[in-house]
Amino acid sequence: MATEAKIIDARGSFCPGPLMELIKGIRQEAVGVVLEVWSSDRGSAKDIPEWVARAGHEVVGNVEADNIFKIQVKKLR
Amino acid sequence: MTRIVLLGGGVGGSMVSNQLARQLKPEILRGEVEITVINESDTHVYQPYFLYMAFDQAVPADAKRPERAVLNNQIKLVVGHAERVDREAKDVVMGDGAHIPYDYLVIATGSRPAPETVPGLVEGGHIFYTEEGALKLRDALAEFTGGRVLVTVGVPHKCPVAPVEFTLMVRDWLDTHGFESSEVLYTYPIGRLHSLEPVAAWATEIFDQRRIDSRTFFNVETVDSEKKTVTTLEGDTVSYDLLVAIPPHLGQDIVKRSGLGDAGNWIATDRHSLLMQGTDNIYVLGDATNLPISKAGSTAHFQADVVSSNLVNRIHGGLGSVRYDGKVFCFIEAGNDEATYVKFDYQHPPKPQPPTEMIHLYKLAFNKMYWLSAAGIL
Repeated sequence: MATEAKIIDARGSFCPGPLMELIKGIRQEAVGVVLEVWSSDRGSAKDIPEWVARAGHEVVGNVEADNIFKIQVKKLR
Repeated sequence: MTRIVLLGGGVGGSMVSNQLARQLKPEILRGEVEITVINESDTHVYQPYFLYMAFDQAVPADAKRPERAVLNNQIKLVVGHAERVDREAKDVVMGDGAHIPYDYLVIATGSRPAPETVPGLVEGGHIFYTEEGALKLRDALAEFTGGRVLVTVGVPHKCPVAPVEFTLMVRDWLDTHGFESSEVLYTYPIGRLHSLEPVAAWATEIFDQRRIDSRTFFNVETVDSEKKTVTTLEGDTVSYDLLVAIPPHLGQDIVKRSGLGDAGNWIATDRHSLLMQGTDNIYVLGDATNLPISKAGSTAHFQADVVSSNLVNRIHGGLGSVRYDGKVFCFIEAGNDEATYVKFDYQHPPKPQPPTEMIHLYKLAFNKMYWLSAAGIL
């Protein structure tokens, strides 16, 4: 996990949901920034990396603690 | 005297101020409390009508009332351009140089569609999230000669069920106007048809029944208005004959001018107290927050109950401890004169019901009853 990351607290988010919150963050932040999405949805650990790969960014961390999934994504383009 | 200033007179600002005016009437009459709403326009617009305007099922006048008529008589209304919030001086600086001081500030400035953030979209696409855009789309549908209608969804956007509603309604419109063979292609940013899983499952089934095609992981990066194509962040290029885009949204520019928001002009807000993070006298509600919940009138509605309760309580000497639980309620128009709804909060996912004619009729009735909600009654 990167030590410096912008937190996106998407716990309890059913709509728009953690992945949409990440896409929002990716769109508005600069290249090189690391975003850390917090999600209470187990599906995020799978669907966030899937989108990140398609969109050409990089997952730099993916951990779970107390049923909260924390996924770090670096904006590459 | 305690001065409560509401920045924005849309759903959130009108509801909070009207609830405050009723509950604090004795204090207002004694000159102990003053409530001021600052609004850019003298007109209140009920935005859900834009969807109906696109299909010529409503006209602009249906959606408008004077802001003054929406607000309780005890509320002071200032119509004008607010330049910035000065947190140090605790006042709102107006475009004409006037200063409006506050003890409590409620920011309900909403959001705006920002098609200019996607190269080519302004030239090549239609939007129905503004009155002007809805009317332009209405005219484009009237002149439609057939082909592919492409629906795209930007992130973030308000009214998250509107893209599905539009898609079902445009299929209905094509089928009843001699364009049964025209294609409707719905696209969505993530790996299913809607962020709400039950809505995605329902949409998958109903789209199949109604001959609507779809693609997922579809985030528009550019539009080529001459070739009539869109290209996505994921690398796909798709052609269209009529592009209907839900553009990415931004928070209002006053948030940026005041240094209150993030890169998208969204204000960091406590998810339960609705206080702007790091403050104890600035509440934020509706689309203006950075909260991971739907940007919708109903969100502002349920948040307004929390903000007004806490302000009344604090003015009466309390601590203002009512917490927002993340509640959202949305009607979903399903075409064919039917509708359904979803309801959820931070802890409970939605369980959509099958569409019925009765819910559609209730939605139509609510469109008329909205003004009671803005008045803080319903």
